[in-house]
Amino acid sequence: MIEFESLEKGTAIGSHTVQVNRADLVRYAGASGDFNPIHWNERFAKEVELPSVIAHGMFTMGSVIDLVSQWVGNPGAIIDYQTRFTKPVVVEDPEGSNPSDFEGTSILVEGKVGALDSEKRTARIDLAVTANDSKVLLKCQAVVQL
Amino acid sequence: MGINPELVGRVFPAGESYQVGREKIREFAHATKATSPAHFDVQAAQELGYSDVVAPPTFAIIIAQRADAQLIADPASGIDFSRVVHADQRFTHHRPIVAGDELVAELHVDQVREMGAGAMITTRAEIATVAGDKVATTISSLLVRAED
Repeated sequence: MIEFESLEKGTAIGSHTVQVNRADLVRYAGASGDFNPIHWNERFAKEVELPSVIAHGMFTMGSVIDLVSQWVGNPGAIIDYQTRFTKPVVVEDPEGSNPSDFEGTSILVEGKVGALDSEKRTARIDLAVTANDSKVLLKCQAVVQL
Repeated sequence: MGINPELVGRVFPAGESYQVGREKIREFAHATKATSPAHFDVQAAQELGYSDVVAPPTFAIIIAQRADAQLIADPASGIDFSRVVHADQRFTHHRPIVAGDELVAELHVDQVREMGAGAMITTRAEIATVAGDKVATTISSLLVRAED
């Protein structure tokens, strides 16, 4: 368990890489009920002027928070979580790749303590999330009750 | 253009309740690559003080997007779903969602504003148990891109 007193603004909580391929997007579509074809049909994605199939913003937001759940040891301690979606995470399907185990696109997440509230005993964890060398989430912040 | 500005202030009352299932939590946790045992293992969740497996922090999007679907399906909204891009999202948990919860969502349209040739709509889903206890508040902003 994390001790509130041990934390300081700027303390790093770690980093993690999430791999995402098209099979992951199909799985997320099924689990979430979001079947927008831009997340699984390349022809349709291009027809609406996207570079290719893109990950659900909610896949990215949903997958990068595991770093915080693991760090705090209790996912129910995350009382607030927000982000802005800045750039789409493009997920390619290269010729000759195996669709089931292609490594796909890497999403890198790094977390640090952004703010502390000693009265409420909460820590705001700021997540920096990048894919294809671009920031894909902005103001990605989780508030943890300690 | 794009979104009817008269939607602001509209409230869509809670529809049919959503029964939070243990396997659905496991499925969603797997699909978001969540690894905390509290999402999968009842005993691990109980050791943290929960009655059953705990939903991942973004699980409420399932319920919020069902509520948003009422709005998008309403011909008065003028929203073309194929041109919708998710702009931002927030979850405030009054308490964690656990398997066995029976939840309802009331949808509020908080803001509509023009963004260049498109428009942005901000909705808020107030998620509560069928008994009326507050569980979560979700706020979503959707950008509806203009037609070329």
